[in-house]
Amino acid sequence: MERTKGQVGDLPHYLRQVLTIAAKDLRAEIRTREALNASFAFMLVILVLFSFAFDPGNSDVNIQAIAGGLLWLAYSFAAALTLNRSFARELQNDCLDALLASPIPASALFFGKTLANFALLLAMEIVSLGVFAVLYNVRIQAQIWALLLVIVLGTWAMTVMGTMFSALTVNLRLRELMLPVMLYPFLVVPLSAAITLTSDLLNGIPLGGDNILWLKVLAGFDVIFSSLVVILIDTVLVG
Amino acid sequence: MRERIKYLLLTISVGLLLWSLYKIGYVLPLEANVAAYQILYLHVPSFFAAFTGFFLGLFASVLYLTTGNFKYDSFAAGANEVALMFATAGLASGMIWARYAWGIWWTWDARLSSMLLCWLVYVGYLFLRRSVEEPTQRAQLSAVLSILGCVNVVFVYKSIEWYRTQHPSPVLSFRNGGDHMGPGLEAPIWWNWLALVCLGVVIAMVRMQQGEMSREIDALRRQAHSY
Repeated sequence: MERTKGQVGDLPHYLRQVLTIAAKDLRAEIRTREALNASFAFMLVILVLFSFAFDPGNSDVNIQAIAGGLLWLAYSFAAALTLNRSFARELQNDCLDALLASPIPASALFFGKTLANFALLLAMEIVSLGVFAVLYNVRIQAQIWALLLVIVLGTWAMTVMGTMFSALTVNLRLRELMLPVMLYPFLVVPLSAAITLTSDLLNGIPLGGDNILWLKVLAGFDVIFSSLVVILIDTVLVG
Repeated sequence: MRERIKYLLLTISVGLLLWSLYKIGYVLPLEANVAAYQILYLHVPSFFAAFTGFFLGLFASVLYLTTGNFKYDSFAAGANEVALMFATAGLASGMIWARYAWGIWWTWDARLSSMLLCWLVYVGYLFLRRSVEEPTQRAQLSAVLSILGCVNVVFVYKSIEWYRTQHPSPVLSFRNGGDHMGPGLEAPIWWNWLALVCLGVVIAMVRMQQGEMSREIDALRRQAHSY
């Protein structure tokens, strides 16, 4: 088969390639459960640590108001931990070189990995959302669907940028350090939008009116940076 | 030819800076109701020059990725480095003014934190350049980061217009045309911008030459080792 580098022309074929990579990553993760267990445990530790930063039992502290910030900070910390490994684990046995030599475009490899990371993070986040609601006595049921929409959009922003930087830093010394240093400044816009929306939703303010702007910011970030990454990923992975 | 351009730009820059220093110090009226507003003539042009540098860096990075010519990579590195320097100067002058006018060095205002964020993006860029040894890989990865970073800067800049902010309203805004000062008062801002951009271009050109030389030295060293 002739190699079609970075082309998105033949869509069903391209989608199959993306799904193959995603399935491979998910299968590897389900068999070892390395990233999932570690990042979930990490998330729990962070949620416990937050309770020392302020006093959740104190009635002066309005948990509902800062809940969005707490939740998304915990998410983004755990995401950096998971995403760091996304490309790094392909370094053993030169798997990354083999993947790049295989007849799939670099962008399909990238989107396959992004999709797998997205599924993992989303699963972890939804479970932690429940834990968070129980531990901090926050009510999430009222607007759960809108909340899930915000979580999906925010997680896609984190995953697409995180996987990009995971690819970018894979060959660097100090990889574990470089990823968060470079990633977080890029995540501030989507995170602040997601935090505002989540806090609103947890406080019983529905989507619409003022905060619809932040939903647009979040969706716009996803669209703009996803398309930018498709253009640039070939340079990063193949060179 | 390149040397001449450098000296010409340097002369223009120094001349303009001295002239506007004189104007700011002796000609412009002292306004009692606006605290220490003269620092504005350093603060605003620094940021304008920083953004000019980030955009030049973006432009040079795109040129590098399309042509593969290392001279654009060196220019992008120089431009982003100089822009970061101007951003630092802008932040520092802003903090000094804030201490004088607001009584605090820093506040988590949207405009301030967004600028700090842009600064951090380009600090990451410099980190990246330091941590990659191989020249081609370094050029490619940092070009990608420069493009992403510049888009992020635009995005951040767009998004802060939606926050409430306590920062004095900007002179230049694409949304409402900006909050202009009197023409006599405003002119030195634009002249200083030109002066700082000229200065920045001179420094970026020097950095570009340094990059070319270090590549030449690397090539010679490799040649020497191969014998």
